Amino acid sequence: MEKTVNQKAWFLVLPVLILVAFSAVIPLMTVVNYSVQDTFGNNQFFWAGLEWFEEMLSDERMWNALQRQLMFSAIILAIEIPLGIYVALHMPKSGFWSSFCLVVMSLPLLIPWNVVGTIWQIFGRVDIGLLGYTLDALGIDYNYTQDVFAAWVTIIVMDVWHWTSLVALLAFAGLKSIPDAYYQAAKIDQASRWKVFRFIELPKMMGVLMIAILLRFMDSFMIYTEPFVVTGGGPGNATTLLSIDLVKMALGQFDLGPAAAFSLMYFLVILLISWVFYTVMVNLDKKGM
Amino acid sequence: MTDATTPDTLTAGGATPRRRIKVNTSAIVMGLYLLFLMLPLYWLLNMSLKTNTEILNDFTLFPRDLTFANYATILTDPAWYMGYVNSLIYVVMNTVISLLVALPAAYAFSRYHFMGDKHLFFWLLTNRMAPPAVFALPFFQLYSSVGLFDTHIAVALAHCLFNVPLAVWILEGFMRGVPKEIDETAYIDGYSFGKFFVKIFMPLIASGIGVAAFFCFMFSWVELLLSRTLTTVDAKPIAAIMTRTQGASGIDWGVLAAAGVLTIVPGALVIYFVRNYIAKGFALGRV
Repeated sequence: MEKTVNQKAWFLVLPVLILVAFSAVIPLMTVVNYSVQDTFGNNQFFWAGLEWFEEMLSDERMWNALQRQLMFSAIILAIEIPLGIYVALHMPKSGFWSSFCLVVMSLPLLIPWNVVGTIWQIFGRVDIGLLGYTLDALGIDYNYTQDVFAAWVTIIVMDVWHWTSLVALLAFAGLKSIPDAYYQAAKIDQASRWKVFRFIELPKMMGVLMIAILLRFMDSFMIYTEPFVVTGGGPGNATTLLSIDLVKMALGQFDLGPAAAFSLMYFLVILLISWVFYTVMVNLDKKGM
Repeated sequence: MTDATTPDTLTAGGATPRRRIKVNTSAIVMGLYLLFLMLPLYWLLNMSLKTNTEILNDFTLFPRDLTFANYATILTDPAWYMGYVNSLIYVVMNTVISLLVALPAAYAFSRYHFMGDKHLFFWLLTNRMAPPAVFALPFFQLYSSVGLFDTHIAVALAHCLFNVPLAVWILEGFMRGVPKEIDETAYIDGYSFGKFFVKIFMPLIASGIGVAAFFCFMFSWVELLLSRTLTTVDAKPIAAIMTRTQGASGIDWGVLAAAGVLTIVPGALVIYFVRNYIAKGFALGRV
């Protein structure tokens, strides 16, 4: 759509600006403030420069958490994106069953995140949970509070359960926007199922898939509640992801300086990667996909 | 004629058995996936209808002594049900605030170019990317210092952090679909901006407003970290109260499960109405 230049439009944006300034900029400046100061209590602060940043950058603890975080995000993206596309390809296109699938698939997305954690915490327990009990009955040693591998499997399966539907819904919306003529043309060319997917469906889904990847990356990178409820970051530190570590540091130990420096770097990493996705997304938008 | 129909019947004849197989695999794939989604939910529902003795001592796939006592516990104890009331209050407040400020902003973004519009738009999105964990402590201090700690409005404002950008994005997506000629015609007919916006424009994007409201509602409802940090007693959300089912005799599993089921109900009730727009909402209005 043609847009006209109108500087007065700023007045329409002003309420958002004020509100977001209050709820985002002020808190963020507090974080910046803490990150460059040190305190001995009594609200006496003094300048510490970049000390905290240096300390955090040389701290094993943050690197380990970052490593676990990257591994977690990579694994769930590698599972959820293909699985979501696969499910979307098999969804009924219209009618009652289509609505039914949409509604049931949306359910996990609407559950409060700590309830998601609780559901899986219960579901995986060997004594009262269906999953844990079944695995135990099959003779598989499964205990997510003791075993690192089991803990990881649990939080990954939980995330797949929670968010794959999002990818599927987006991919489905992309699929539905493909005109029938494309499929007819492919039929005339006797294209195989794979070729139809590779050369028609995948390129047409690219736009929404980028959004799906962006959202899943962002949200998995700041995940806190669900794994915290299930494993509490344990066993040991095995599932302590970045947010869990940060909350431990800031609200648990009240190490304000390091926590603030940590926060800023954490935010910057997300911003940087998201900016790359966003640029790709906008470019795809321009190409009209 | 025959030339034209023969290939048609051929492909139709060749495709029928193949298509039948395809329908079956689709049904199987969807069946398995939906089963995977429903099993944990079923288990929660199942547990919420059992007594604690049955949960802990017998492993049963169906509740043997069907009981609603767990639900009764929650719905009669103010300490429990006030959690739902608190959650609903701040969620509704947040939805109203988000929509009120997002509507004019989204209109500006969808209709006009102005200085810094693209940067502003991306900056709004960055707030959606901000990890709540980063903001937990500063929020706590900010709202304590202005005397809003443990009030509903504090949580509602805090959730604006991610809901306002979301609402702006979704609404902008819907508004872009409305032709600009409508605005121009209305102005020529002598409508003021305010009158045009409320009387003509808002009804046109009613579905967009509905979707944006749904998403604000949903993200405010599912969030726990900020709402828990900002409240202690008076505005404590249900999700935070749930973490306190641990009593002297261990965790009260039945009540915990019942509380979990009840948190799913509000979302499940409204989802049917927005089912066709869910993807558009998640895609921030750009499908």
